[in-house]
Amino acid sequence: MSKLSVDHLLGIKYLQKEDINLIFETANHFKEVINRPIKKVPSLRDITIANLFFENSTRTKLSFELAEKRLSADIVNFSSSNSSVKKGETLIDTVNNILSMKVDMVVMRHPNPGAAYFLSQHVDAKIVNAGDGAHEHPTQALLDGFSIREKYGELKGRNVVIVGDVLHSRVALSNIFLLQKMGANVKVCGPLTLMPKYITSLGVEVLTNLREALNWCDVAMMLRIQLERQDMKFFPSLREYSMLYGLDKELLDSLDKEITVMHPGPINRGVEITSDVADSKQSIILNQVENGVAVRMAVLYLLAGKKEN
Amino acid sequence: MKPSKRVILDAQHFDLTIKRLAHQLIENHNNFENTVILGLQPRGTFLANRIKEELQSINSKYKIEVGSLDTTFYRDDYRRRDNPLIPSKTQVDFIIEDKNVILVDDVLFTGRSVRAGLDAMLAFGRPKKVELLVLINRRYERHLPIQAKYIGKNVHSVTSERVEVSWKQNEGEDKVILYTPADE
Repeated sequence: MSKLSVDHLLGIKYLQKEDINLIFETANHFKEVINRPIKKVPSLRDITIANLFFENSTRTKLSFELAEKRLSADIVNFSSSNSSVKKGETLIDTVNNILSMKVDMVVMRHPNPGAAYFLSQHVDAKIVNAGDGAHEHPTQALLDGFSIREKYGELKGRNVVIVGDVLHSRVALSNIFLLQKMGANVKVCGPLTLMPKYITSLGVEVLTNLREALNWCDVAMMLRIQLERQDMKFFPSLREYSMLYGLDKELLDSLDKEITVMHPGPINRGVEITSDVADSKQSIILNQVENGVAVRMAVLYLLAGKKEN
Repeated sequence: MKPSKRVILDAQHFDLTIKRLAHQLIENHNNFENTVILGLQPRGTFLANRIKEELQSINSKYKIEVGSLDTTFYRDDYRRRDNPLIPSKTQVDFIIEDKNVILVDDVLFTGRSVRAGLDAMLAFGRPKKVELLVLINRRYERHLPIQAKYIGKNVHSVTSERVEVSWKQNEGEDKVILYTPADE
């Protein structure tokens, strides 16, 4: 297969297994490119990309910008504070602005689930979802999958546990879709108040004991507690959460086998993961960041080069 | 006229051609101390490796660095095709700064792949001098002012014809075939 089955990257849910493999293969080549003395290729030189970030982001925005620049695309950036875009009208306004700017691609982060889908229905541009509310964050899942694949050769048959605030996490949902499509086994672990009700319908078992979860898995994805999305108390205190669900070196060393630790960032050191674990040799957190650029280059390259269905 | 296929280089002549190209390189590059070979992916790499083998069988003391260069991200037809091309591996484990570079491809036709190859090459440094070596030079339909310095065989063919190079290590036999389509 040499092309994606989709015209936009709205979520992992809409991708086929072959699409994901194609993105991984292409990302492999881009990883080689970004390790060259000259890290730039001219592929997207006649493409304009708008980065619309209606929600705060450091890593994802930087990673997308780097990916776009290394593909030689022209970039326009737009950021907005969270509060001004809660009403639906603003997004339509933005849509009209985008239409008049004649951009080829839009990378968008938005606090409302489905915002990227909405945009794809109304704009004549390729849309890449850089996170829509607590819904999906497809490029994060792709770079996570790519990193696991890089470490273990393939995803099939690997046991992955996602630990922490699954309820508010778009990373968790996208990763569950991706890992299951690629034949990995996924479980989640955390306080039941932070587990969405639908989770078992996805075929994902919920564990409440961290040690049990870690002993089962090959890879542990530690999630940040998203306090900014929590409008009520989901657990008594951060300290208690950290005691029950935080990963420290002592726990890591006491496991039956050597597991791999991942984190989508930003890390709250001392809450979900301690500093010595984050910086240990079992952690591939910085590989994830490097792979993020390569994976995003692959996504942009494959989408921009495809004529619409 | 019916479609036809004609062998323009059989195994014996193929071998002679490679040997001749290797000797021409030795004439110009002495002991290859400051020279590297870059094969263009996907099929120029076969020729690059074969040339290296030939050179080393002539003189085992030659230390020849060979890399493979993929040009996909540098092509000028991206977004002009229905789908993006799928890249091959680039493996250049050396810096080409101030080196003599021999770019190698199997067939030179429009010159567009070589143009992309020249661009791709610059990501690994500024070479002192670049030369082009091809097994088959299709004389007509060049789109760009690009010429090879070392040529295995010149072929007079029209655009609708197709040249196919088979390799012993890949297809089991060394040969070059010219396919001519039926007249419409």
